[in-house]
Amino acid sequence: MKKAIPLALITLFLSGCSDKWGWYVVDPTTKSGWTNLQFLFSGLYYTVLLSLTAIIISVIVGLLIALPGLSDNKYLRAFNRTYVELVRAVPILVLILWVYYGLPQISGIAISVFWAGVIALALSDSAFQAEIFRAGIQSIDKGQYEASHTVSLNYVDTMRFIILPQAIKRILPALGNQLVYMLKMSSLVSVIGMQELTRKANELVVTEYRPLEIYTILLLEYLALILVVSYFVRRLEKSMRTDERN
Amino acid sequence: MQSTDSQAVITMDRVSKHFGNFQALKDVSLEVRSGERVVICGPSGSGKSTLIRCINQLEKHESGTIRVDGVELDDTAQSLNAIRAKVGMVFQQFNLFPHLTVRENLTIGPMRARNLSKADADILALQYLDRVRIPEQADKYPRQLSGGQQQRVAIARSLCMEPSIMLFDEPTSALDPEMINEVLDVMVELAGSGMTMICVTHEMGFARKVADTMVFMDHGEIVEKSEPGKFFKSPESHRCQEFLQKILHH
Repeated sequence: MKKAIPLALITLFLSGCSDKWGWYVVDPTTKSGWTNLQFLFSGLYYTVLLSLTAIIISVIVGLLIALPGLSDNKYLRAFNRTYVELVRAVPILVLILWVYYGLPQISGIAISVFWAGVIALALSDSAFQAEIFRAGIQSIDKGQYEASHTVSLNYVDTMRFIILPQAIKRILPALGNQLVYMLKMSSLVSVIGMQELTRKANELVVTEYRPLEIYTILLLEYLALILVVSYFVRRLEKSMRTDERN
Repeated sequence: MQSTDSQAVITMDRVSKHFGNFQALKDVSLEVRSGERVVICGPSGSGKSTLIRCINQLEKHESGTIRVDGVELDDTAQSLNAIRAKVGMVFQQFNLFPHLTVRENLTIGPMRARNLSKADADILALQYLDRVRIPEQADKYPRQLSGGQQQRVAIARSLCMEPSIMLFDEPTSALDPEMINEVLDVMVELAGSGMTMICVTHEMGFARKVADTMVFMDHGEIVEKSEPGKFFKSPESHRCQEFLQKILHH
């Protein structure tokens, strides 16, 4: 596996010299190539903005869905199960199309491409976030609730000050995974015209007819973006691990 | 010793509790007077922990009545809140909040539940840390402390809520032997201050020193209840004699 990556890169480089490739289309030393590159990079803004907005909303919604799942009340638990099972069963692409084209018809409110994308991504991810939160909260020792009880903390304070800070620390790697997942899934919002990375690449391909080079750049853009995000998530985990338990 | 004429502050009347098919408490009745020090012992699974956990409603009893300081324990939030404010508890596993410093462990209850200002809560915390003899550890995290120190922090955390009753659930059972005494010393000091205490423990030296009343439980029942002199010298029941022989082997 470790050998496969450099091998693939070398092949890519060598074949780049052959006549199958036409790197001129994104050659930064030429004026048109540089303009094309800038055009491709300009999608980064919406990819990041869309993903971050969606992940923030999905974390909040996920937590609000997870809490009833931990209740003693069976109706609240049933609500949690139903939500998770239903939302998890819908393909993201279908949800994006439904929210953008369908939802305005029943709600009567027009939704911008950006917010349709955010709603669809956040909704879809919230089911997974809910499961992550539930597992994280369940992993906290029962003694922590009992101790909170004996110092008279109510439910909200117990969650806010005692349980969630410990649970979030434990689920941070999983939350990082979801952020990476979200960045990748945001490419699907290109189908409704969101001007993010994938859409920009598609548009350039239509005018330049060089799908191989342009989509290769697109791959590298996602790769770089996600490596950067992973690096920061890992650093955050490390800094939070300093006050881990025993 | 003193205060024999004070009123009952805890009254349990025919309390029962099941875990599935297992009956943890069978019609248990017990009265504890204000300022009384009660030590409960008995083999594991005899219902000792369940008994004291019912007193602060960590376990809900199924039948019978429990009154704490005039409040009858039912399922209402009102009675639950009243009890939590009056009854402190120390656990076998300490159950400190690992992500908070010692000081924060002590101040969170007073600040959130008793609405003390941070400054007042800090003063209170340091006062009780002083009392359990570890004021210098205030800004450490629990994992940086020894087991004995952690348990003393847990005692201080409970005292910061200024309860009138303290429950101890095998407070020294999870400790290394050399740390047991530092925790017992704190408990002896607390017993001298007139606090109503119920301790589930097998530290019979401690029991002899502080207990007003000894209780022996077996199979979910109170088998023997007497003052320590009689309890250790001439227990009435056969089961209690047997148990004491086993744990007082030296």
